[in-house]
Parts: sequence; C-alpha cells; structure tokens
Amino acid sequence: MRVWQDAWSAARVAVLTVALAAGCGGRKEAVTLAGSTAFQPFAEKLAGLYMDGHPGANVTVQGGGSSVGIQSALQGAAQIGMVDLVELPPEAKVLAATVVARDGVVVVVHPANTVSNLTTAQVRDIFAGTVRNWREVGGADAPINVVSREAGSGTRRSFEKIVGLARLSDAALVQDSSGTIRETVANDDRAIGYLSHGLVNERVKGLAIDGVASTIEATIRGDYKLVRPVFFLVREPASAATRDFIAYVLSPAGQAVIRQDGLIPAQ
Amino acid sequence: MRRRLDDVIARPLLAAIAFSAIASLLLIAAFILKEGLPFMLRVGLPHFLGTSDWNPQEGRFGIFPMIVASLWVTLGAMLIGAPLGVAGAVFLCEFVPPPVMRAIKPTVELLAGIPSVVYGFLGVMVLAPLIRTHLGGPGLSLLAAAVILGIMVLPTVISISVDAINAVPASYREGALALGATRWQAVHMVVLKAARSGIVASIILAMGRAVGETMAVIMVAGNTPRVPHSALDPVCTLTAKIAMEMASATGLHRQSLFAIGVVLFAVIMGLNAIALTVIRRRTRSAP
Repeated sequence: MRVWQDAWSAARVAVLTVALAAGCGGRKEAVTLAGSTAFQPFAEKLAGLYMDGHPGANVTVQGGGSSVGIQSALQGAAQIGMVDLVELPPEAKVLAATVVARDGVVVVVHPANTVSNLTTAQVRDIFAGTVRNWREVGGADAPINVVSREAGSGTRRSFEKIVGLARLSDAALVQDSSGTIRETVANDDRAIGYLSHGLVNERVKGLAIDGVASTIEATIRGDYKLVRPVFFLVREPASAATRDFIAYVLSPAGQAVIRQDGLIPAQ
Repeated sequence: MRRRLDDVIARPLLAAIAFSAIASLLLIAAFILKEGLPFMLRVGLPHFLGTSDWNPQEGRFGIFPMIVASLWVTLGAMLIGAPLGVAGAVFLCEFVPPPVMRAIKPTVELLAGIPSVVYGFLGVMVLAPLIRTHLGGPGLSLLAAAVILGIMVLPTVISISVDAINAVPASYREGALALGATRWQAVHMVVLKAARSGIVASIILAMGRAVGETMAVIMVAGNTPRVPHSALDPVCTLTAKIAMEMASATGLHRQSLFAIGVVLFAVIMGLNAIALTVIRRRTRSAP
C-alpha cells in the first residue's frame, strides 16, 4: 500500500540521514533527494555514478511524490526536493528551483487499438467524458474506458494543465501510479491513459498528439507539447555538497545519463 | 522470597506492556480525530457526508459516493462470502468424516495467509477481463471487488462458523435424530439454530474485514468517485480514497483524508460493537 510505502521511506530517510550524518561526520555532508517517483530511478542512477566519481560523497534518493518533495525541501528533511509539475505551487516559491530534465507525458492505448493519432482537443474531450466512443475518433465501435491518476498526482496536474482539461470525466477509472495505469491499459483494449515517457514499454501503444509522435527528438525540437519540467528544489543557502551534485546532474555527463534512459535533457 | 520478587516485577511489567497496546489504540484514535475533526467542523457534515462532488483542488469534499461504494462492496462481498462460508462450515462439520475435516480446515485457513495484493492481482488479470468480455463495462467494477472480497472473507466465516457449530452439544443432534429427523433436518432445524449467534458473529467480523480491506479493492474496483448505477460500474471505497491520495495530499486535502478515516473508524467501531453484543449473547445463552 502506498501509505505504508511512504511511511517506510520516510522512516528510511530519517534513519539514513542520521546514520550518514553520524557515520561520516568530518568528511563530507550527505545529500538526500526526495520526491517525484517518476524521476526517482534517474536520480538513483545519477547518485550512483556521482558517488563512483567522488569517493566519500554520500547521496541518497527517496520517492514519495512531488508533494513530498516540496514538503521535505521546505522542512529540511531532504536537501533536494524532486518535483515534476508544470507550475510550482505557491508554498514552493521560497525554494530555489533548477530545471534538471524534462519529462514527456505520453497518452497510451492498448497495442491492438487502431487509433494512433489524436488531436489535443480530442484528448481533452475524451478525458472530459464528452467523447465516449472510439468510433468518434476514428477507431472501432467500442466505449472508451478513461484511466487517470488520483487527485493530487503531479502527472495528472501537469497533464490536465497542458491539454486544458478543466474537469476529468466522472466515469474515469483512477489508478495511483504510472505502473498501474500501464497495466490497466495493457489489459483493456478499450482503455486510454497517460504516463511518464520513461515508463512506456511494449505492452502499451503511445499515441501521436496532433500528428507528432512522443520521441525525445520531437520534444527537444519543441514539437511535442505534452512535456513537464523536473525541478530540483533547494532551500538556500545550499551546502557545497548539494551544489556540487546539482552541477554534476546539469553537466554533459549527467544530462547524457538522463537522455539515455528516455528523459529529455534540460537543454 | 524469590517468587515474590518475580511477582513484584511481573505485574507492573505486564501492565506496562498491556497498557502500551491499549495506549497505541487510543493514540491512533486521538490522532485521527485531531486531524479529521477540525476539517469536518470547517466544511460541515452535510457537505462532507451528503454531497457527491470530490474535487479537493477546488475545495469540494463530498464523500457520499465513497460511503455508498463501501456499503455496496461490503454488502456484495457478504452476499457471496456468507452463504459460501456457512455452507462450507456446515459441510465440514456435519457431512465429512473428522479426519478429512482436519485436513480441509487448515487449507481453508491458509486462504487468510495469502496477501491481499495477490487477490487483487488475480482480480485484475483474470476476473476483470472476464467481466468486461462477458458482462460489459470496464471490468474493474463493484462486482469484481465484491467477488474478490467475498473470497477473501471465506476463512473468517468458515473458521468461526465451524467453531460455533462444533460447540453445539452432541446431545442436541442425537436428540433430533432419535426423534426421527433426517440428517439434514437435524442440521438446519437444530444445529444451525443453536449455532446461530456464532454464525452471525462470523459474518459481522467478516464485514469488518471487507469494509477495511484496501489493497485488493484499489486494484479491482476502478476507483471512480461516483455513485454506482449498476454492479458493473467502477467504484471508489473510503479506504481506497485514503490510500491513493495520502501520498500526494497536502493541507486541507490531507485533513479531508483523515476525516474519511474518522468516518471509517466510526463504521468499524459500530460493526465491532454489534459483533461483541452478538457474541456476548451467545456465551450467556450457552448451556
């Protein structure tokens, strides 16, 4: 269950922070990252590579979601809050924000679905519940099963903001992670959902939006519109170790890692 | 002298341990109330419990669809689990030789040890596609949740019902058979009547389990916060709402989830109170 996972990760953050602070007292300060589950795997990889190149450095990564990222950066539980939102909420304004990567949001359907392109307006109408049959957008005569994320999800907030969706269809199914969205869509040939670009695999089919496929190249060119930034939020003044790690993530080596695994570099 | 010393230590030690169990319950209750009550007072119970629009970002917190969903899912689970469980218990106690029963009962109780995420997984992979192709709708639905929960509560219903039926004195059965009753007549006219309060208690405890189950329900119910019109509609229960949104909720939204916890707490306390009363009545009337 998510709640226990979060409680468990929170406890681990606390224990690890204390242990690391005590364990390497004189040497180097620990850097803890917490927040966005979409960026978490990338942060873990970057942290591993960074520590290989900087013996004695300590970087730990925890998930929890974008809201947890903002809260832990505000409260000092983590040095860096990872947040992937199109718009930062007002309470995050006191924190220094750095864009370290961008993440595409891909609209996905079952691989057997004949539809492979939708306009932004069609996506909006489908998720608003005004278009309810695949026939209306050029597919088979079957009802559309809309799958969305839970209220409060960063991916959902970003998706709704970009496509201009004021209100999700009240018939939409709700799943609480990108992984379960993918499974639901992969198991239902009438379903449509959306998830992070890095998490799309062969079990689902990513749709082109307004004729543009969701490739890294199209996103860098600025043609693919469903993109949100990944922020690192830091409470000033940041420690030397924190600044050094952020500099590494923004360096060509760090950005190459981000790109290699399906995310879009900060540019 | 030595014994005395042990006693001197044991009593306060046990008291401290026992109290810590009770204290944790009180702390949980106090914490949920502290976080949830101010929200309920601020938003108002009629809005919170009576309206159907859940949209925390816009300040709308109607949990009526979730209350309805929890009740329907629980009722559905009982309609499936209670007859199956009680019939299974009667079969095990009355129509199967004791050695066979001693083999079957632990197997049934093993069902209780299967993690709920596994039930949920089966529901998503097997049950939901079956419902979608044969009955229609999105598959993830009230019906799927009720069937999965109905199976999940079987061990509770069966093992408590078996204990209740076994507690009926053999003389009741023998008396009925001596008066010329058939085996089935003896069972449903005498044994089931005598074991009734124990069987009812097993069903009420199972209801508590069904109301509180979260993981399996999140996976198979579809989690759409809308009042269902049919068993094929997706629903979002109270527990699913809390578990899904707790991770990303802040401020008033987070408080509202604690307030849902208060509602859930009240429902489960109510069910447990009923169960205790029924069980107490049984022990008092037992011969």
